[in-house]
Amino acid sequence: MGGAVVEIIRTKDEETETVARAVYEHPLLVRLCHWLNAIALFVMVGSGLQIFRAFPSFGAKIPQKDLLNWPKAFAIGGWLGGALEWHLTFVWIYIATGLIYLGYQLFSGNYRQVLFTHRDLPGVWPMVKHYFFFGPKPPLHEAYNPLQKHAYTSAIALGVLSVLTGIAVWKPVQFSWLAWLMGGFHLARLWHFLVMWAILAFVLGHLVMVVLHSWNNFVSMLTGWKKDPEY
Amino acid sequence: MPKIVKPPTTRWKPEGRMSEGNFARMSRRELLKMAPVVILGAFAIPGLREPLLKKGLAVSDLASALLFRRGHLAPTFAESELTPFQKFPINGYDVDDPGVIFENWTLTVGGAVEKPGEYTLAEVQALPRMRQNTRHVCVEGWDVIGRFGGAKLSDFLTMVGADTSARYITVACADDYYETLDMATALHPQTLLCYEMYDQPLTREHGAPLRLSIPTKVGYKQAKYLTDLKVTNVVQKVGYWEDQGYSEFYGL
Repeated sequence: MGGAVVEIIRTKDEETETVARAVYEHPLLVRLCHWLNAIALFVMVGSGLQIFRAFPSFGAKIPQKDLLNWPKAFAIGGWLGGALEWHLTFVWIYIATGLIYLGYQLFSGNYRQVLFTHRDLPGVWPMVKHYFFFGPKPPLHEAYNPLQKHAYTSAIALGVLSVLTGIAVWKPVQFSWLAWLMGGFHLARLWHFLVMWAILAFVLGHLVMVVLHSWNNFVSMLTGWKKDPEY
Repeated sequence: MPKIVKPPTTRWKPEGRMSEGNFARMSRRELLKMAPVVILGAFAIPGLREPLLKKGLAVSDLASALLFRRGHLAPTFAESELTPFQKFPINGYDVDDPGVIFENWTLTVGGAVEKPGEYTLAEVQALPRMRQNTRHVCVEGWDVIGRFGGAKLSDFLTMVGADTSARYITVACADDYYETLDMATALHPQTLLCYEMYDQPLTREHGAPLRLSIPTKVGYKQAKYLTDLKVTNVVQKVGYWEDQGYSEFYGL
């Protein structure tokens, strides 16, 4: 699976040799949405933590027991009002890039590259053995291995959940049914917070894998083209 | 032009050939197409940041106003779900008790109304009394469920002959706090001129003798110790917190 493929050739002394091959893995819209969404996510998390600092608890206001004292240096906005400005501005970029991405993936059929399905199940255990127990590397026949697909599919689901829980916190009256589904405003706020940490866990794993894998892999999210793919 | 081919293809098959130079040029072109991402850098420029964030918040407020449904009621709760009165937080921006002298207190009504003037608490209390258990949500993130009693603001506006085609209700308070309400929210059936909490007369810390209770708004919109109420189309100052950067609409 994957995109268009080219052979990169070098001609010397009238002899042509293939020096590399490349595959177009990430269409432009996907790349744009990826980076815009990444920046928006960064701002959403930073400002969200500053908002959390205003009441760093999920219990009662009286008596208030703080969950943790998140340092101001690792938050965006300076104060609650500033953070809300950032949060309620970048949320539109976050949602728009998410929706454009999802729409494009579905419309183009490109979702098959990412979506984890039952067909990926048999490949999960060999991949786990390789990643965590020094097992042999299973051969790759498409852009993403089963664990990668699982991670990306989960991340997309978490993105949707972050928006839904956020709507319940922002509009617990107009979307009272949504807040009700989450156990009310009070718990919706907790789910919103937990979904953020789950997304951060994905981001951490994602960044580790980017560092561990080849430079070509990183470049492909910028130019779309992956040189010397494994498959 | 590169295009996505429909899966599934099992093994890589070459579809085109390209010199190293051409591949590098194509890669550069594709990289340049990512330029729109740089637009977000505008938020890093100090002179642009504030106006952009104000715009962004205004977009959210517009969405809030559009999402507001006049007839949609905020959830109400059973007695057993009430937060005990002692655990209902007292939030004031300045003092808990601005020292209102109840005997002299009146609500000064002005602006686009047929019957401007001074209204006594007895006149407010003569209107049908509503009692409701609703959730009070603070912008900080905490929430409590309280029992509020009072007159519908819409009934009061009818009594004073307010022009409900006006856009705003503004209120001023004994502690110099001030607020603005959009007319749609002011006319909402759960928006109260509140003089009771937990079936008892409002205490001084909770805004006696008269405060706003608005289950469709965040806490800072629900001003306490009301002294003035005006119906108007023009607002110079929105609210104590709004004028420092909080959302002007903040509907729940």
